[in-house]
Amino acid sequence: MDRTQLLLMLSIALFSLGLVGVMIRRNALVMLMCMELMLNGVVLSLVTFAERTATLSGAVLVFLVFVVAAAEIAIAIPIVLLLSRQRRTLDVGAWSELKG
Amino acid sequence: MTMDLLTLIVLLPLAGFFLNGLLGNRLGKGFVSVVGCGLPILAFLATVRAFMQLQGGDGSALLETAYTWAIVGDFRFEIAFYFDRLSALMTLIVTGVGSLIHVYSTGYMKDDASYARYFSYLNLFLFFMLLLVLGRSLLVCFVGWEGVGLASYLLIGFWFDDPAKAAAGKKAFITNRIGDAGFLLGMFLIYHAIGTLNFDEVNAAFTGPVAPAVSASLVGLLLFIGATGKSAQIPLHVWLPDAMAGPTPVSALIHAATMVTAGVYLVARLNGLYLQAPEASQVIAVVGLATAFFAATIAVVQTDIKKVLAYSTVSQLGFMFLALGVGAYGVAVFHVYTHAFFKACLFLGAGSVIHAMSGEQDIRRMGGLAKRIPITFVTFAVATAAIAGLPPLAGFFSKDEILWFAFASERGGSPLLWAVASFTALMTAFYMFRLLWLTFLTPSRMDPETSHHVHESPFSMTGVLIVLAVLSAIGGFFHVYDFLEPIMPMPAYDHALAHLKLPLIAIAVVTGLVGLAAAAFIYRGGLARAERLQQRFSGTHRLLSGKYYVDELYEAVLGRPLNWVSERVFLNLGDRALIDGSLHGLTGLAQRAAGRLSRVETGNLQFYVLLAVLGVVGSLAWMWRHG
Amino acid sequence: MAESTVLNLILWLPVLGMVALLLAPRGTDRAVRGFALGVMLLQLALTGWLYQRFDGSVAGLQFETRIPWIADWGVNYHIGLDGLNVLLVGLTAFLGPLVVAGAFTAIQKSVKLFYAMVFFIQFAMLGTFLAQDLFLFYVFWEAMLIPMFLMIGIWGGERRIYATVKFVLYTAFGSILMLAAVIYLVYAESQYTGRLSFAFAELGRHPLSFEAQSWMLGAFALSFAIKVPMVPLHTWLPDAHVEAPTAGSVILAGVLLKMGTYGFMKLGFPLFPDATQAFTPALLTLSVVSIIYGACLALVQTDIKKIIAYSSISHLGYVMLGLVSLDLVGIQGAIVQMVSHGLVAAGLFTMVGMIYERCHTRDLAAYGGLAKLLPVYSVFFMILTLASIGLPTTSGFTGEFMVLLGAFNAAWPQYQAGHALPLVVAVSAVAGVVLGALYMLMLAQRMLFGAVKAPHQPFTDLVAREKAILLAFVVAIFALGLFPQGPLAKTELAARDYQQRVLGTRLPEAAP
Repeated sequence: MDRTQLLLMLSIALFSLGLVGVMIRRNALVMLMCMELMLNGVVLSLVTFAERTATLSGAVLVFLVFVVAAAEIAIAIPIVLLLSRQRRTLDVGAWSELKG
Repeated sequence: MTMDLLTLIVLLPLAGFFLNGLLGNRLGKGFVSVVGCGLPILAFLATVRAFMQLQGGDGSALLETAYTWAIVGDFRFEIAFYFDRLSALMTLIVTGVGSLIHVYSTGYMKDDASYARYFSYLNLFLFFMLLLVLGRSLLVCFVGWEGVGLASYLLIGFWFDDPAKAAAGKKAFITNRIGDAGFLLGMFLIYHAIGTLNFDEVNAAFTGPVAPAVSASLVGLLLFIGATGKSAQIPLHVWLPDAMAGPTPVSALIHAATMVTAGVYLVARLNGLYLQAPEASQVIAVVGLATAFFAATIAVVQTDIKKVLAYSTVSQLGFMFLALGVGAYGVAVFHVYTHAFFKACLFLGAGSVIHAMSGEQDIRRMGGLAKRIPITFVTFAVATAAIAGLPPLAGFFSKDEILWFAFASERGGSPLLWAVASFTALMTAFYMFRLLWLTFLTPSRMDPETSHHVHESPFSMTGVLIVLAVLSAIGGFFHVYDFLEPIMPMPAYDHALAHLKLPLIAIAVVTGLVGLAAAAFIYRGGLARAERLQQRFSGTHRLLSGKYYVDELYEAVLGRPLNWVSERVFLNLGDRALIDGSLHGLTGLAQRAAGRLSRVETGNLQFYVLLAVLGVVGSLAWMWRHG
Repeated sequence: MAESTVLNLILWLPVLGMVALLLAPRGTDRAVRGFALGVMLLQLALTGWLYQRFDGSVAGLQFETRIPWIADWGVNYHIGLDGLNVLLVGLTAFLGPLVVAGAFTAIQKSVKLFYAMVFFIQFAMLGTFLAQDLFLFYVFWEAMLIPMFLMIGIWGGERRIYATVKFVLYTAFGSILMLAAVIYLVYAESQYTGRLSFAFAELGRHPLSFEAQSWMLGAFALSFAIKVPMVPLHTWLPDAHVEAPTAGSVILAGVLLKMGTYGFMKLGFPLFPDATQAFTPALLTLSVVSIIYGACLALVQTDIKKIIAYSSISHLGYVMLGLVSLDLVGIQGAIVQMVSHGLVAAGLFTMVGMIYERCHTRDLAAYGGLAKLLPVYSVFFMILTLASIGLPTTSGFTGEFMVLLGAFNAAWPQYQAGHALPLVVAVSAVAGVVLGALYMLMLAQRMLFGAVKAPHQPFTDLVAREKAILLAFVVAIFALGLFPQGPLAKTELAARDYQQRVLGTRLPEAAP
């Protein structure tokens, strides 16, 4: 197994951990963190391929992803904060008005 | 001025309608009387003027086109007026007798609160009636035809506070409408086959060398259905007796002298068509005779003075149709003419009696009025004699001609027709003299309070009665059928029978006298003998009093089923259960399906994420398989 | 000013009015009403002027405007007047001020929005009649749904939500199918010409296969038949009428229903002549069923508005009969009957609204003897009843007479050739006039005559505004009844064109 494959396996592992985390955990902040984990898994695979193909487009994309992730977190965390103030809990199961 | 004379005649009463209707209440009864009577009188004078023009001319009819109503393709529908001898006669009757009745109404309706409304309706009626008799085409005639139906509806239901009276008006309109459906179909057939609706052109087409491509009998029958409705023949006769709910002058004008004769006018006008329609003519003769007979039998037992006259009118109209059916068109019009005089006189006389009796109409509670209201009595007696056919009064001449042609005409005359008609004439004499006796000549059975108030009517009423009685007496000397000969030739009859004419006339006179004698005998002392007879023939009496239960039959066969079908089948079953039901079923289905499907939305975020992931995995797997 | 500009102005004036109303600052209700009336009267004046200048002896469109809209699809903003729509446009403009004035006292909440909706409907209706491009036509057809939905849903009666939803779903269902047919039609035509075009003049130039025509006619006919309405697709109408406010009913009966018959006349039948001729027996049957079924149902109703609603179904059955008869008299009669019904039904609904404002009930059993309480009202009511019955001298007679004559004219030769159905239909339709008299006189009888009873007495007879509105209706009805030649002359060429296209004796010309 060479380096690229190892890195890819790591990236898959990160992504899967994040995905499973989103699916299983009920805490809103933890779900956000797991989504970050998914993003980072993807970023890792981008860097790996960038290095492999010796082009810059992958690296540029990494920066793009970071910026978007940061912006997204900057909005998501206040939203979660406001929501949690309403229900006094971080459990996503507390909001189910759109049921039915 | 000459060209527009006919249009003027028609429009004068219409002006009266508007003036009385819009201004009458404000300007008072004097204004209404002057306008309401003056305009018809002016129309009468204009008619006389037109008549003189007609006679002074070369014999061709006066023709005026008012305007073009519609042009569709090659066909022009025009509003035009046509004045030949027949229209002249009819218009003179309509405006002349009409004016007299208007004058009478000023006395009769003097105390009515809706005086202005009454005269505006009466003028409206006159307008439409003139359209009917002066119209050149079936279309204009139809406008007038329906219009007089409207006026009749408004006038029968004049005292609309009483729902029964209002209902009588509605019944008249609906029954007429049924006839009108036949009229329309006949009109359409003529239009289709000949391309014109003008009377003169239609007659020419049917009497011309090339027969039109439509059965004259079929057209004749359809138009006769219309005539049946308007002229109250079987089976559409049921409205006329109920129409007595209206004021008595209305009954005189509309339901005796003019509107009901519209059917006779129509057939007579289209004599060219009917000459080519032997089957239709046969039907007309039989229906007319049957109507005459049955109506006379009902009249014998009626106890309301106006109802007797109503059934008498139906019966006399039947005579007119009998004449038409055997081809004696001029004679039928002659009877229209004489009937207008004596029937109007009778109705107005009845009005005078009712006026004198403070509203009582039941002849069982009358009697002994001869000396109390002498003018009414004398005029009523003259008119009664006229209708019974006693010479030399008007009815004698017209009825005898009808009986003669019923016997001898080569277009369907037969001894059987004559025999039934003669028997009907006997009954006519009988019930009319019964009426005369019970109302005037028998000892009084009046309620004392009513008796105290009996008084002769004012001159506006008695004057008219006198005029009409005189006309009933001498009117018969003007032989209308000779006057109309150029446009309505008399039917041929077997000259071998000519020698029977005088004996038949003698028989007719004898029948009249027998009727008189029978009535005098039975009713001389009052109701006693009649009541004994009634008990002996109680079943027959019930049948006759119940008018053969025709109204009940119609209600059971037509009225109730229509309502039932409309409500049960169409509304409940059709609309609600089927159409709306299937609609609601569909929407219900959609709603239930949506309800089931929406269970996917659990509100649980985790579940949504799981579904998203499954979707992505599934599509990736699918692409991998099929990529 | 060029006539085509005036035509555009007539169409867009309501939009300007609507925008002005919605954007205007809070004004008084009185100002709103006055403004709305003024706009409508202006529109009426312009339409009257154009009507005078419309030349009935010239075939084809007049006062056209054609501006490319979506060029890639061949969609143009193409409007114009021809013999088929000139009377209907006139009717719409005539009813505009009457609707506005009639609602002065009836609508008290959200007055601004209400009149904005009236303007919107006016715009949509005029657009449907004036559109000469199929895409434009469809847009206007659909556009009418929104304001009607709101009008019934906001200012309506108790079951208004049910009624308005039913109305919208019914109409929209038909419209969806029509959209599919429209797209297919344009596509089929483009196979021949190589480019897309939605223009009426260019569609249908190349006849489609009989099978295709049948499906398309079915789709179009469904949509139009729901609108007319024809039995059995009619059940939305009674509910819509009963629950709508008076102005809504007047617009609905006066103009909206004519959109369906206009659609048949302009699009449905001429575009698919072979299918139309094949389906004539079915269409004739449905027409006469509408006439009789509608009349029978009117006979047994207890709600005054429902009686008039069912009478509308019956009267429009006559229109369809005239259109399908393919006889020139019948077609002209159908056009006249469209206008006549618009006037008479609108007038009757206006009168129902007037009595409802006083007595707050539509139950027939609650009324009686109104001729004593409201003499002036009763006179107008009687006149409108007689017009509905088709008394000669009223417009109702002109329409019915010509339709029946045309139907009979077409039926008799077919009967002699062995096909009895058209004759049976024609005779049954003539019988329908008796039923018409029956239920209308029953209505008049129960309301006007007999013992006096009415809730919420005492009330006043008609005020000047109400008298003016009703007088306008009555004058129009008698004008059309006594002097129909003027309108008939304007429609004759278009009626002939329709007849020839459906009989297949002439292909439509392509627009330059």
